[in-house]
Formats: sequence, C-alpha cells, structure tokens
Amino acid sequence: MKQAAEVREREPRAAPAPAIEVRKLVKSFGHQTALRGVDLEVAEGEFLTLFGPNGAGKTTLIRCVSSLTRPSAGTIRLRGQDLSTAATSLRQHIGLISHNPLLYGDLTADENLRFFARMYDLGDTEARIDAALDQVGLVARRRDPVRNYSRGMVQRLAIARAILHDPTIMLLDEPYTGLDLQAADMLRSVLQDLAASNRTVILTTHNLEQGLEMCDRAAILHRGKVAWEGPRTGLDLVRMKQIYRDVTRLA
Amino acid sequence: MSYLRKILAIVWKDIVAELRTKEMFSAMFVFSILVIVIFNFAFDLRVSGERVRAVAPGALWVAFAFSGILGLNRAFVMEKDRGCLEGLLLAPVDHTAIYFGKMLSTILFMLIVEAFMLPVFTAFFGVNLFDLRLLLIVVLGTVGFAAVGTILSAMTAQTRAREVLLPILLLPVAAPVLIAAVKATAGVLDGLTMAEIARWLQLLVAFAVIFPAAAFMTFDFVVKE
Repeated sequence: MKQAAEVREREPRAAPAPAIEVRKLVKSFGHQTALRGVDLEVAEGEFLTLFGPNGAGKTTLIRCVSSLTRPSAGTIRLRGQDLSTAATSLRQHIGLISHNPLLYGDLTADENLRFFARMYDLGDTEARIDAALDQVGLVARRRDPVRNYSRGMVQRLAIARAILHDPTIMLLDEPYTGLDLQAADMLRSVLQDLAASNRTVILTTHNLEQGLEMCDRAAILHRGKVAWEGPRTGLDLVRMKQIYRDVTRLA
Repeated sequence: MSYLRKILAIVWKDIVAELRTKEMFSAMFVFSILVIVIFNFAFDLRVSGERVRAVAPGALWVAFAFSGILGLNRAFVMEKDRGCLEGLLLAPVDHTAIYFGKMLSTILFMLIVEAFMLPVFTAFFGVNLFDLRLLLIVVLGTVGFAAVGTILSAMTAQTRAREVLLPILLLPVAAPVLIAAVKATAGVLDGLTMAEIARWLQLLVAFAVIFPAAAFMTFDFVVKE
C-alpha cells in the first residue's frame, strides 16, 4: 500500500485544464485597441469577478470568451478546447447574461424559452422551461409578451434563458445594470445558486460591493489589460476599494 | 437533422412574431397595393389594351421587389432589437443556419403577399396571371431575391442607415434576378413556349443556387465582429 502511495506521489495526477484560459488576447476595432494582451485563467467551478472602469475592455473580453467577437490576436481555450476551432460545440457550455436581454419582445416568455430550447437541441423542454421560469419567479407571467415586461422582469427572463441549457460556464456582463432592488435581490439569489452549483463564472462589474459578494477570486481590468488579480480570501470591501483606486490611478 | 431543425425553429419564431404584430405583412401588403394602383392609373393615361401586357410584368415585379425590400429591412432589424442576433449567434449551431432560417422566413412572407397580390393585379391590369409557368417564375424570382436580400439585410442591419442602405445595395445586385423574372413573365404573357423562356428560367435557377451558396461561405464574417 505504501509503495502504491509513493508511486502516486511520484506521478501526480495531471492538473485539469482550466475551464477558461485566455492567452495574450488582443482585440482592436480599427485604430482602437480594446484588449492589449489579456492573460487570464479560471479554474473549473471558480467564480471570478472582473472589475474595471468604463471602457476597460470588460464587455469586449466577455464577448470574445463567449465567441461573439473574433479576437485580433491571442488564444481562448474553454474546457481545454480552442474556441477558434471548436466554437460551435463549445457554445453548448456557455451561458451569457449581458446588458441586452437577447430576448424577442414580440414573443411570450414561454415562446422565447421554447425557441432557445430548440436552438440548443434540448430534450424534456417543458420541464426545463417550467423549472427555469420557476427559478426566476415568472411562472404567472409566462404567457405575456416580453415587450410588456418591466426591466427587472426582462432581466429575470434573460437569466432563465441563459441557464435553460444548464451551461457549465456562465458569463455575466454587468448583469445588475438598470435593475431595481427587488430584481437585484432576485439576481443575487440566482447567482448564489450558480456559484453553489460548481459552475465556472466570470462576472464583470464596476460595483465593488456586488462583485465581491460571491467571488472566489477578483481581478481588475484596466486599459485592456489585467492590472491586478488576487484571491477573495482576506479581501474586504475597504481593501478592495484601496486596491482599485491604486490600480486604476497608476496603471 | 439538427441543423435543419434549428433552421425551422428560426422560421417558426419569425412566423409566431409576425402573427402577433402583423407589422411586416401589413406594410408589404399595403405597399404592393399602392404600387399596383399607381401604376394602373399611370399606364391608363398612356397605353391601352394589348400594350398593358407589355408593361404589366415590370409593374408586377416592381411591386414584388419593393414590398420584398420592406420585409427584408425588418428581417434583421428584429434580430438586432434587444440583442437577439447575439442570442442566435450563441446557439450551438453553424451560423449559416441563421441565414437559411431568415431566408426561408422572407421567402414565405413574400410568397404569401404575392399570392394575395396576383388576383389584385389581374383585376387591375386585366391580364390573366394564373398560369403554372408564371407561378414557377414567381417562386424562382422570390427565392433569388430573398437569397441575396437576406445576406445584404444582415450586413446593413449592423449600420445606422440600414433602411436607406439596403435598397441601394440590393437593387443593383438583384438586378439580374429582376430582369430575368420580368423577361420570363413577359414571355409567358406573350404566349411563348417554355423552351423560348428557358434561358431566363435558367438564370433565375442559377441565382437561386449561387446566392445561398455565396452566403453559406460568407455569412459568419458578416454577422461576427
């Protein structure tokens, strides 16, 4: 037994590939460079909050990782696979919540979710839709056209759409934008469920308090680069504010 | 099969949205009627009897083309609204499925409007358009027009001046389709045989194949940043 244990020690198990691995990522729009060589790793099941001022490149980074935007240079690997070559299959594992709800205003909540269930080739559609609507508290309004929803309800439905296919990687780009207190609380509760369900999460925000609530690790993106990153342990709001001020002032 | 199912899902979604709002249908239908009425009165002043048959194909296809542009303008604007196009691009399917889904929806909407317009046109212009050969020309012309229109609609939807830009780009590119459709329609109305209008039909078939094939190769570059 001892011998076997020694063998295991000598041949350590290969570390699993990070769920998200970004290397030297550059994205330019004409003469404007939004990302200037971003390097970032997020382990499976890890919750990373990405802070940064407006224009830091947070949304561009999320769009690149979600395959919506083609990088100018650099590589993105999700679950060990290169996003540039395996995007179609990798999208099955990505859930995105952004400023835009990505929902059709003329369709009801039910019809929107049914449509996306078909686009993701999901089985057991009705049960999934019921569960997703129940999770975001929209069962009673499921047959109303989305254009009649309040901003908070739209964002809740956007969450239901994003989690409908049970993605392992969640990308949340400023999800609290424009939400009232009740809707923000609902979103927080859903994010807590996501964090507890071993999903890999990247949340971008410039709100330090909201960003620190659930994360395992925090990073600051400034002028298209990761200017600081560190574990959540031992990081309180006061300390984070100080770091944020120092980094965004100096970088 | 999964690819086809996703194309049909997009068509289903467009039909449900259109049945709820009827924005596209009403605009296309009213516009077609107006074109036919205006042409009818204009031609009445200048030509009469048999010569109406000479101008009818042009008037018919102008009505179809311009109402089609209205439909195409809406096709991707609806997707850009609330970032829905991004929702589609995130789905685990080759992006060309989006093109084919939107193209099929446009063809369907155009054909429905055209089916309503043919009897109206017959009544106004006094020419019989109920001929199987003519229906074939209408279908082929609509497919070719929608095929090129859908890719250009996807391109112009990304711009601010999309409503203006689409007709400016579309009409020159779709001109061969429209010319072939007008010539073939005129041939049928003049009583020519299928063999005599075959070259126009071949041109229509060629465009109905070439444009979707070109879109298949380029659509990803059109819709992704």
